[in-house]
Amino acid sequence: MSILINRDTKVLCQGITGKAGAFHTRGCLEYGTQMVAGVTPGKGGQTAEGLPVFDTVMEAVDQTGADASMIFVPPPFTADAILESLDAGIKVIVAITEGVPVIDMVRVYEKVRASDAVLIGPNCPGLITAEECKIGIMPGYIHQRGKVGVMSRSGTLTYEAVWQTSSLGLGQTTCVGLGGDPIVGTSFIDVLGRFQDDDETEAILMIGEIGGSAEEEAAAFVKEHVTKPVAAFIAGRTAPPGKRMGHAGAIISGGKGTAEEKIAALRDAGIEVADSPADMGEAVQRAIAAQ
Amino acid sequence: MKIHEFQAKDIFRREGVSVLEGIVATSADEASAAYEQLGGEIAVVKAQIHAGGRGKGTVIGNDQQHGVELVRSAEDAKRVAGNLLGQKLVTIQTGPEGQTVNQVFVEAGCAIARELYLGIVLDRATAQPALMMSNEGGVEIEKVAAETPEKIFKEHFDPAVGIDSYQVRKLCKKLGLSGPTVRSADKFIKKLCEVYVKYDCSLAEINPLVITESGEMVALDAKINFDDNAMFRHADVLEMRDLSEEDEFEVRAGEAGLSYVKLDGTIGCLVNGAGLAMSTMDIIKLHGGEPANFLDVGGGADTEQVTEAFRILLGDPNVNAVLVNIFGGIMQCTTIANALVEAYKTVGFNVPLVVRLEGTEVEEGRKIIAESDVDIITADGLTDAAKKVVAASTSVA
Repeated sequence: MSILINRDTKVLCQGITGKAGAFHTRGCLEYGTQMVAGVTPGKGGQTAEGLPVFDTVMEAVDQTGADASMIFVPPPFTADAILESLDAGIKVIVAITEGVPVIDMVRVYEKVRASDAVLIGPNCPGLITAEECKIGIMPGYIHQRGKVGVMSRSGTLTYEAVWQTSSLGLGQTTCVGLGGDPIVGTSFIDVLGRFQDDDETEAILMIGEIGGSAEEEAAAFVKEHVTKPVAAFIAGRTAPPGKRMGHAGAIISGGKGTAEEKIAALRDAGIEVADSPADMGEAVQRAIAAQ
Repeated sequence: MKIHEFQAKDIFRREGVSVLEGIVATSADEASAAYEQLGGEIAVVKAQIHAGGRGKGTVIGNDQQHGVELVRSAEDAKRVAGNLLGQKLVTIQTGPEGQTVNQVFVEAGCAIARELYLGIVLDRATAQPALMMSNEGGVEIEKVAAETPEKIFKEHFDPAVGIDSYQVRKLCKKLGLSGPTVRSADKFIKKLCEVYVKYDCSLAEINPLVITESGEMVALDAKINFDDNAMFRHADVLEMRDLSEEDEFEVRAGEAGLSYVKLDGTIGCLVNGAGLAMSTMDIIKLHGGEPANFLDVGGGADTEQVTEAFRILLGDPNVNAVLVNIFGGIMQCTTIANALVEAYKTVGFNVPLVVRLEGTEVEEGRKIIAESDVDIITADGLTDAAKKVVAASTSVA
């Protein structure tokens, strides 16, 4: 098994006629994802990357049975695109777009959380179930089917972690890039619960970063509800306070959200913490061995 | 994005959030005229820089002059403005080098009965804006938050609806505000929450917020930061940007669509992705080096952007070695490789360059570099890259 997506997932791409949307739709098709449609308002009736393009998500769902969406529309229209997917009954919405205004996400977050749909992102690399289904921008070839569930607030750092677990022969079940913005649709806790319930996932790797308190909340959740081995890494140990490090979320303010606080909380929950970003794969091995 | 206090107060005035009358001055004579024009017995001359802590901050070479001073005559206003303008003010937020004061705000005084603190920020835990108020106004609120969090009262609000009157009444009760002040607070706080949403703020802070002797709530200070991602719909706000307050290299990087933060070390970093960029800094430090910067070229950077990134990196005189760490996703390794070759030709590298490439089109990227005449040290994996660049940096130094 895996979580959220698998080989039966039918995916449409919102913004398929843009440069990034087209490029990554191709990448997903090459990986073996069942891409079934594209949506670009005003371009209904065309084809893109060999797929039918629709004006609305509603039509695309009606005619192709799509149940997941990958969003590449520009930031001013991203909130609207997410709500359109939600309204059309899409169950897994993956917003790749970077630069969505926070206020827009307040409203989207509330609606998504009140529904039974899952929103991944925005400002994320997407998610992938190894060797089955890729929805996002990650390089497919670094993934290898195996036993580690990976979840992360960062994009390229996730690739680094995946690469390490593949090199060590651990492999992955599903890898979820949660996104680097202050408000994202899915938290570590949401994914932890799913990994805990997934038979195939034997260990969990969590990649956090400075800012906010998502890692502390995840640590508390692990302590209470997770019996599987968990390893973690926190990026930004050396970042100075008050400076925004690229991700809108990655900022230490008022002494809160520091790497030290997070690492202490993780260790307290029995999580194996990697000191170096080169040590993430081996930290998973140590966590498994310790159990 | 940040703006000055007087600009924030312009917005407040326009939107119906109560502020005192004030005039901006860029010379001592203007400050003197401003005092006359305000016509009161007292006024306050305030240095306009983006950093906080101005009241306790002092001018370099003149310890007696603080960034905010009460004046009682036009000559006084002239003297204080003269002491501040063109000088560097050092506060807890500026760093020891201070920040140049290019303008002062001369503001009318008022009879203060009480000082409070008010701030609005996004509460990430609930994914809603949170209004925070405290009786501990005028002091370091971070200290209050850390030591006595029970003295800060919080109310969340839905941006689409705004804050409700009952929430304001609750806050007033907790703060011990009563009588006509409650009605003044209702108007003030509702309008302020509207400003926060309407202008896509990431922070709205008033410290101190005062209650006058007649019971009115007034913003004595005003600090607003904006959500950079929302600036596409606020052309008027963008016009308020003061580039002289920002780091020159950070501004250039921003214009090229790069995310750059200058640090104090010697190893320049060029990385794709914020998380990997932070981790690259971490691993350099872990192996005994000091990063000179955070630089995220982002996912979709092209050759031109990456070339500009190299120019910015190499423009920092402290940089004596550079580490390029790319794990291609959206970013294709070939783009980086081509940019590297291009930058080598146009910018020229005078320091050792360690390159680690992985991800999309990695083989093609490595080939482009190998076939060029660019002199680089290749690295395999993160640890190897960190060790090599630290060695290169320390052997130069």
